[in-house]
Amino acid sequence: MTEQWVNLAATILLIIAFAMLSQRRVLSLVRLFAWQGLVLSVSTAMVAYSTGQSHLWISAALTLGLKVIVLPIVLHSLIVRLNVRWDVEPLINVPTTMLAGIGLVIFAFALATPISQLAGTVTRSTLGIALASVLLSFLMMIVRRKAVPQVIGFLAMENGLFFAATSATYGMPLVVELGIALDVLVGTFVFGIFFFHIRETFDSLDIRHMEKLKED
Amino acid sequence: MEIVWVLGVPLLGSALLALLGHKRYAPEINIVFSLATLVAAALLVVRVIGSGPMTAFDEQFFVDPFNVFLVALTCLVGFTTAVFSRPYMRVEEEHGRVTAVRLRLYHGAYQLFMFTMLVTLLTNNLGILWVAMEGATLSTVLLVSLYRTPASIEAAWKYFILCGVGLAQALFGTILIYFAAEKVLGGGTVSLLWTQLYEVRHQLEPTVMSLAFVFLLVGYGTKVGLVPLHNWLPDAHAEGPTPISAVLSGLLLNVALYAVIRSKVLVDGALGTEFTGQLMMGFGLLTVVVAALFLSRQRDIKRLFGYSSIEHMGIITFAFGMGGKVAAYAGLLHMTVHSLTKSGIFFAVGHAVQKTGTQNMADIRGLIERNPTIGWGLALGSLAILGVPPFGVFTSEFMILTTAMHEHPWATPFLLFGLAVAFAAIFGKVQPMVFGQSNARRLPHQPALLPVFLHLLLVLMLGLYIPPYLDQWYRQAAALIG
Amino acid sequence: MDAAGIAFQILQSVFVVLAAPALLGWVNQCRAWLQNRKGPGILRPYFLLWRLFHKEAVVAHNASALFRATPYVLFGCMWLAAGIVPVLATDLPFAFAADIIALVGIFALARVFISLAAMDIGTAFGGIGARREMLIGFLAEPAMLMTLFTAAFLSGSTALTTIVETLAHREFAIHPGLACAAVAFLMVLLAENARIPVDNPTTHLELTMIHEALILEYSARHLALVEWAAAIKLFAYMTIGIALFVPWGIAEGSDWLGLPLAVAAAAAKLALAGAGLAVLETVSAKFRVFRAPEFLSTAFLLAVLGMLVHFLTDV
Repeated sequence: MTEQWVNLAATILLIIAFAMLSQRRVLSLVRLFAWQGLVLSVSTAMVAYSTGQSHLWISAALTLGLKVIVLPIVLHSLIVRLNVRWDVEPLINVPTTMLAGIGLVIFAFALATPISQLAGTVTRSTLGIALASVLLSFLMMIVRRKAVPQVIGFLAMENGLFFAATSATYGMPLVVELGIALDVLVGTFVFGIFFFHIRETFDSLDIRHMEKLKED
Repeated sequence: MEIVWVLGVPLLGSALLALLGHKRYAPEINIVFSLATLVAAALLVVRVIGSGPMTAFDEQFFVDPFNVFLVALTCLVGFTTAVFSRPYMRVEEEHGRVTAVRLRLYHGAYQLFMFTMLVTLLTNNLGILWVAMEGATLSTVLLVSLYRTPASIEAAWKYFILCGVGLAQALFGTILIYFAAEKVLGGGTVSLLWTQLYEVRHQLEPTVMSLAFVFLLVGYGTKVGLVPLHNWLPDAHAEGPTPISAVLSGLLLNVALYAVIRSKVLVDGALGTEFTGQLMMGFGLLTVVVAALFLSRQRDIKRLFGYSSIEHMGIITFAFGMGGKVAAYAGLLHMTVHSLTKSGIFFAVGHAVQKTGTQNMADIRGLIERNPTIGWGLALGSLAILGVPPFGVFTSEFMILTTAMHEHPWATPFLLFGLAVAFAAIFGKVQPMVFGQSNARRLPHQPALLPVFLHLLLVLMLGLYIPPYLDQWYRQAAALIG
Repeated sequence: MDAAGIAFQILQSVFVVLAAPALLGWVNQCRAWLQNRKGPGILRPYFLLWRLFHKEAVVAHNASALFRATPYVLFGCMWLAAGIVPVLATDLPFAFAADIIALVGIFALARVFISLAAMDIGTAFGGIGARREMLIGFLAEPAMLMTLFTAAFLSGSTALTTIVETLAHREFAIHPGLACAAVAFLMVLLAENARIPVDNPTTHLELTMIHEALILEYSARHLALVEWAAAIKLFAYMTIGIALFVPWGIAEGSDWLGLPLAVAAAAAKLALAGAGLAVLETVSAKFRVFRAPEFLSTAFLLAVLGMLVHFLTDV
């Protein structure tokens, strides 16, 4: 039964990843990111409950604290202070992006299937979805032209990796997870500092202005 | 115990400099801590020479012939760069390019960067290795954008995003390794310990491990600067302060490559095929050729040497890809000499840029006339990096080439082509900068030229004579890798 | 093919045709309630049809035979579609025809006829309506097929009766793939039946119309047939949805004893679905027409994801 619920959570994560890919508004993106964290945390807690792996409870709590509460609040306040709350990104070619996304999902599933067959966890079939979310966030970072959505894509990618760790192996050892969480937290603050630098220098958070450095 | 010192000193230094980094005497503190780290590393080396490889803290850290020389190298270059950075950053401050507050960030982050690299090298835990590698990115990204110019911010953003994405792939690879190890060793930290994994490497699931290696190579390869993941590297080298360019090129790239090779050893054991080697040879050759072609089109001196670093990383990756003891030995030697030479070149370049006030090579002329030491430093460094005998780079490149001719003759034309194009490009550009009509000016601070010539002397020595214990380490490490 | 089976088949077909306007009336009634109106009552559509049948038909003088024939074709298609979907029982004489691909084909046939008829008179709105209808159909059909395929993969057959039997008899389990498919199907249902947010069935603004624009030229008995066909189409879509996603309670074979239960179950499920539709239409606003492709691509995306997830988790 846990397996089915985790599968459902995984599917929701996949749909959220697609929603992020097509979401134009920055604030909605932050909200989607928070939802992603929540689903992740709940599914981790479900796995922890059904397998009795105590360190997963800590991971779930960490996810809840960091990715559902702290990071969205930090991002939200950054967006408010940078006054980009109503930024709407003109996404060209949403259908093409979506088709590319489906291609990535198929690729990820094909890649993950032989591995998940070796796994002994109840969550093994979701490894493909985890890999797919990683690749979709990657795609999101490529198609985005603004700094904040790119960073959200980056954080979403980390969520996908966390999910991959949970589904393949019931999570990495706690020391490593704490280290990763620390990196993510520090990384977000560095990103935050960067936003201000970028805006100060370019008068905009649009990274299209940042295409001076290339080979001629 | 020495490991605690090696890791503790830079961490403490980072904390202290985060408070005092803006003071007048901060560069000296930086030097003292770097020197203390170097001394600690020297003690560690003495210990290892005396009693052989060891592990510490419940096997969380370990020292073996492969990482001990990299630790020593890192601490040495870290120290000389700190020495170089003292007059260099003072001049930058007087030119108004950095403020006192940013100098505090610079000094604090410098020590933190050393700390993360040393953790990466010394840790036995593949997960911690990843965390430390990400930490190395985080601690340097604000240094690349230290000048807050549009170009430097762009470069730092590129560096951050590209390496962040790359490392995310590496994390997935690490998860896959843990997944494979869990089957054999059971759950928990033990399944991520490299020494434990090495014992059971033949039992690890081949499909999972080969997939893991692809992700790890792409991930850590981004930090190594392998084509086509190299885009961040020339920008970060050109736009950041020169001491940072020196440690990025001289140390960070090595450390990232170290992570790739550690994984390769495990995957090779699991697969028993040439898969990883072929992958690395392919990436290596592509990197050599592409970087060499880009070299001739550069106008910015720091970008030029950034591309040169990419090219050399390609050569080293290719050498390790070939496998075998001779190639691995040559790869290790090349890692050492490239690191020393390239950071030395960056020291000379930094001073030259400050003298002339430009990074544009067309405007740098006649260094030897006004400032013979800098001119000679740049000229000799360039000759060394181009593989002119009797410098150490020649030795290692010669060994790599002959091995390639023996075992993979098809690859030799590509290598020779890359080396020849690189030679023509760099030599053609450096020659007018060194000789020719001068336009340099005098600077208030004496340039720190000791580091440049110290590095070149070491490279020269390694070309003529390799100390027996270093030779021993190389041999043992080559046996492990090859 | 025994007599009981044939009787059952006839019974179901008649039930469908007679019950369809009531479902439409129920949806309208629920909407009225939700908007704090008293509402016209469930039986209102029957009165409307009755009235229209007693009027004199007016046809444009340049109308071709196609224009006159279309209402009958339309009604026939929808009746056939609704008749073969297993509403009350699974084992019916026409069951072999209830293939999901054939079903989509029948709907496509009706769409072609209504679009041609709309263009036949040569008015501007007919042309706009036809274009929009084809656009939506073009996008909705693949999504619909993908949805149906997910269910087909689950049961290993494209025959609707087999799917329903398999799904009705399995143990309750969460199929994430099927859940995705259900959402996608709902979106297709809204688009295909000209409901909010894609089209507004009660609109009087010609420029935003899709379905209404197609039938502006029809009157009297022709209009009655078209409207009736539309009601049956909604009924058919809802029964397909029920058959795929909540098939429990359907009668096995031609089982007279199970019939009352089956009728009650079908009526209850349809009433719930109708109320749900009303709620959905009340809380959402109509899109601009140009957003419709996006809406339907989302449906297609969900359907494809549903199928992929199904492969990943259930195989």
